[in-house]
Amino acid sequence: MAPHPDHTAGRAAGGRYSAWRLFLEGLRRHSGWTRAWAGATPRPRYRVVIVGGGGHGLATAYYLATTYGISDVAVVEKGPLGLGNVGRNTTIIRSNYFHPANIRFYEFSLKLWEGLEQALNFNAMVSQRGTLNLFHSEAQRDLFTRRANLMRLEGVDAVPVDRAGVKALVPLVELDNGRYPVLGGFLQPRGGTVRHDAVAWGYARGASAAGVDIIEHCEVTGIRREHGRVTGVETTHGAIGADLVCLAVAGHSSELGAMAELRLPIESHVLQAWVSEAVKPVIDVVMTYGAGHFYVSQSDKGGLVFGGGIDGYNSYGQRGTLPMAEEVTAAAMTLMPGLARLKVLRQWGGVMDMTMDGSPIISKTPVEGLVLNGGWCYGGFKAIPAGGMTTAHLIATGEPHPVAAHLALGRFAAGRTVDERGIGPQPYAH
Amino acid sequence: MLRIPCPWCGERDEAEFRYRGDATLARPGADAGLAAFTAYTYERANPRGWHLEWWLHAGGCRRLLKVERHTLSHEIRWVGTPAESPAAAAGGRPA
Repeated sequence: MAPHPDHTAGRAAGGRYSAWRLFLEGLRRHSGWTRAWAGATPRPRYRVVIVGGGGHGLATAYYLATTYGISDVAVVEKGPLGLGNVGRNTTIIRSNYFHPANIRFYEFSLKLWEGLEQALNFNAMVSQRGTLNLFHSEAQRDLFTRRANLMRLEGVDAVPVDRAGVKALVPLVELDNGRYPVLGGFLQPRGGTVRHDAVAWGYARGASAAGVDIIEHCEVTGIRREHGRVTGVETTHGAIGADLVCLAVAGHSSELGAMAELRLPIESHVLQAWVSEAVKPVIDVVMTYGAGHFYVSQSDKGGLVFGGGIDGYNSYGQRGTLPMAEEVTAAAMTLMPGLARLKVLRQWGGVMDMTMDGSPIISKTPVEGLVLNGGWCYGGFKAIPAGGMTTAHLIATGEPHPVAAHLALGRFAAGRTVDERGIGPQPYAH
Repeated sequence: MLRIPCPWCGERDEAEFRYRGDATLARPGADAGLAAFTAYTYERANPRGWHLEWWLHAGGCRRLLKVERHTLSHEIRWVGTPAESPAAAAGGRPA
C-alpha cells in the first residue's frame, strides 16, 4: 500500500448524487461512479482520534467536521466499516421513551433522522411508518398512557390506538389470542425504520468529504498516556498521536476502557435478531408485543425482521443460543399465529454494552482527553445522529450537549441514574 | 444452549437457571466509603474470556452456584458451591 494515497482526489471525484447524475451515468454505462469515501493511511498525529468506525464513531466524525469545524480527525476501525452493531441491528428509529431527559435526547435524534438524507446527500431509506406498542392488561394500559402523555408533554407525537385500531393497522394480529389478549396500543407515527448499512456509508462519505481520515483494518491495541493524560493510540498500523481520543466501540467499551485502566459500569451481552423469507406486504408499521419478547417490522425486500430480549448472561459471542429463539418465536406465534409457516432465513447476534441503568454513556472519563460514547444497550441505532452530534459537541467545546448532559459517567456515583425501567444495577435484567 | 452441571442436581439445561452476575465482587466494609461502594455496585471487569459468575438454579434445587464460563466460547470449565472457588482465582491459571 502506498504510504499516502491522494485523499483529495478521491474526495473530489465522489461528487453529489442526484437523479440527473444517475441519468447521465446511465448514458455512459455507469462508468463515472467512484468510491464513496477515500481510503486513508494514518498520519502520525491528529487532533482527534475516534476508535470505532460504526454509526456513532462515523457520525461523531461527521458532525465534528461539518458542525464544529474540526476536520483534523481520524476514525480507526479494526475491520471494514459497517460490520459491527451498525449493521447488526433491526433498523428501528423512535423516541417513545419514559424518562423526560431520554425523550428529549431520542427526539433530538429523530429530528436529525428526518433531515439526514438531505444533509448527507445519501439515500438512507428513512421510512417513518410508525411504531406501535401493544398492551395486554389494564395496568400496562395505564403505564403506556402515562408514557404517551410524558411524550406529548415534550411535544413528541403519541396516539392512543384501541383494539379495532390495532386490527386495522395490523390485520394479522390475533386480538383474542387466548393467552394475552390485546387491549390496545399506542402509536408513534413518526417512528419507523432506516436502512442501517446506508447510515454507516452515508456518514463515512460525508465525513470523508469534509476532510476526516477513515482508516479501516486498523485495530487499536493500546491507549497512550502521559501523566494521566491521553497522548494517542497504539494500533496494528503503529502509533497515532492525538490530543483527544474518543471511544465509540459499544459492545467492547470495557475492553478498550481497560487499556486506560478504566473499570466501566458496563456488561457485554448478546442480542439476537432474525429475518424470515420474503413475503408480500403484511405489516407496514413497527410493532412490539407487550407480554413478552417480540417485535417485528417488514423490510422493503419483504422479509419480516424481528427480535426480542438479550440472552441474559455476559457474552462477547456474536451469536445467540436457542432458549431466547424459542421464547421470541413463541411470542410471535401467540400474537400473529398466521406467521407459523414462515421460514426463518437468517439469525445473528450482536454484542451490546449493557449499562447498570439501561441508559447510554456520553461522557468525559477520569482519564483526561479520553471521551466515551458507549453503553448503548440494545438502543444504539436510533440514537446515532444524536449520539454523534452530542459527542462531537463534548469533544469540541469540552462541555456536555444540553440534551445529553444526563448521560455523563458521574451519574452512577452521584446516584442520578437514568433507569428507564426501574430495574436497578443488574444489566442482565434490563 | 448451555448445559450447566449443578453440584446438587447434575447437568441441566440453561433454561432451568437464572443468571445473577459477576461472582468476584466482594462487598466492602460498612465504613469503606462512597468510592468503594460505587465500585462494588456499578463497576465491572466484564472480561472477554473466563468469567466467574453466579447462577441460581431457579427451576431446580433453587440454590446459588458459582460457574466459571468463557464469555466468547461459552465453555464452562468449573462449577462449585458458593463457598468454593476455582483454583484459578488464587493461582492465576492461564486464560
